[in-house]
Amino acid sequence: MAIDGPKKKDIPEGLWLRCPGCGEMVFRKRVEENLHVCPECRYHFKIGARPRIALLADADSFEEYLPNLMSPDPLGFVDRKSYLERLADAQRETLLYDAAVVGRAYIKGRPVVLGAMDPNFIMASMGCVVGEKITLGAEKAAELGLPLLLVCASGGARMQEGILSLAQMAKTSAAVGRLHRAGGLFITVLTNPTYAGVMASFASLGDVTLAEPGAMIGFTGPRVIYETMKQELPEGFQTAEFMMQHGFVDRIVPRGALRSELASLIDYLGR
Amino acid sequence: MARVCLEFEKPFAKLEDQIRELEERQRTSGVDLSAEVRDIRKNLTAMIRKKYGALEPWEIVQVARHPDRPQTTDYIEAFVKDFKELHGDRLFRDDRAVICGLGRIAGERVMVVGHRKGHDTREKVECFFGCAHPEGYRKAMRCMRMAEKFGLPVVAFIDTQGAYPGIGAEERGIAESIAVNLREMSLLRTPIVGTIIGEGASGGYLGIGVADRLLMLEFAYCSVITPEGCAAILWRTAEKAPDAAKALRLTAADLKGFGVVDDIVPEPLGAAHRNPREMAVTLERRIGRHLRELKQAPLDDLLARRYEKLRRVGVTAEAAGPG
Repeated sequence: MAIDGPKKKDIPEGLWLRCPGCGEMVFRKRVEENLHVCPECRYHFKIGARPRIALLADADSFEEYLPNLMSPDPLGFVDRKSYLERLADAQRETLLYDAAVVGRAYIKGRPVVLGAMDPNFIMASMGCVVGEKITLGAEKAAELGLPLLLVCASGGARMQEGILSLAQMAKTSAAVGRLHRAGGLFITVLTNPTYAGVMASFASLGDVTLAEPGAMIGFTGPRVIYETMKQELPEGFQTAEFMMQHGFVDRIVPRGALRSELASLIDYLGR
Repeated sequence: MARVCLEFEKPFAKLEDQIRELEERQRTSGVDLSAEVRDIRKNLTAMIRKKYGALEPWEIVQVARHPDRPQTTDYIEAFVKDFKELHGDRLFRDDRAVICGLGRIAGERVMVVGHRKGHDTREKVECFFGCAHPEGYRKAMRCMRMAEKFGLPVVAFIDTQGAYPGIGAEERGIAESIAVNLREMSLLRTPIVGTIIGEGASGGYLGIGVADRLLMLEFAYCSVITPEGCAAILWRTAEKAPDAAKALRLTAADLKGFGVVDDIVPEPLGAAHRNPREMAVTLERRIGRHLRELKQAPLDDLLARRYEKLRRVGVTAEAAGPG
């Protein structure tokens, strides 16, 4: 159920780039130095899984689970392009084997299981590798008595893995359910975009749900809703702010404040 | 007799017309034509058997959507004794796209939850063509919790193209409602038997699709997204739906092979819509058998096995070196 996202990357090559938030030309380096947030309008650009973990975890504290896990293309899926080609392209572009990175880490000295998804890897869609890593993360968190923190982003289930990708929704939700029953803390951070199969599974199941400002969050993508229903969408539809207003997000936290926010929540709720 | 005829069923209809003509002629003329009728019937049976033995995935999707194919409400009418429908999610409203209620199947007291597509236009509109809103999933969850409390097994009938794609559904948290059902169904302390009776597509299917035993009718399909939806995204045109149907591996045999479906329920000759009564008898027996088997297991074992079943699904490999 992946939504169809824009093909262009948020941060193209070149010294300057146009901010999708305010439409201004901004100096690329200034954006990068500002945690990939527009210095003019605070628009949060997408960031990869590794930079995200670097941003949150204490230096050199991250120990990755299943770092070499990859998809063997279980369906032999070919559309206009073969899935194996799509995987190879994404791997080359992101230097990751798949769309999620999960492991043990410390956040300001607090031990956690931390995961992040990479929106540049086939829209961070969830196939068997992502499902396995999130599931293992939840199991490890329960086993070690650690909080589970997942920074979510996704277009949804990875269609190229067919029903196996849909099954990851049930698998990850069951694992998070066990953690829940064991009394473990689970915090999700919803980033731009978090949709469909991921939003309809573990991303919606946190004890506390945080979101980055302006992140697009929902089940069905806005274009599909518009085209199916021929209905004008309300102002700000499916933004993090809209989702908070409708009761599905606890707090909106700017990227720069996220690390402190997580540490502070762990102090309230962690064991 | 089926009212609607799929493209590949047309040769069957032709033979059926011939049979009707001969029978009519026999009745009016008094000439014995039973031998001819028997021959054509034999041909018809052979033709249907041959065609249905080798349906393309896209043809299976058509069968699964056949307008005369029995729906949840038809099975309830056929074999759920003394059905007492329970309405509403206690939060917003009663979603007609999901039907829930108490009843007896094969002598067992159960809680039924199922997608409701509707037969005629009025019904279809009323239940959004089987596309549930959050309140539908929440109603199902409320009834499943009741089943847990009173020790009734849950019997689910799955038949949907997906959850409702609309503004209200998003505003009321369609994603959250499905996610909560996935988590809670994995933990529910009572047996769950689910059957994909027609279409099992997208998170909308899964929202009532977690089960100890997942059954699938022989010509149902089950997929991460409808073939049209997949084709529109990956091929950039919904016209490539037949290609998508093939690529998605959505047949009952595929699903069993992936370990998602436990049991394929055979359909009558020419699929469920040609003989709904026989289909209902077969399905009732099959659900009854699974209910009796599951009842034997202690709840802790049941839940451990349910988790293992969900946990196991997936295919991954190890790369030679770090990324």
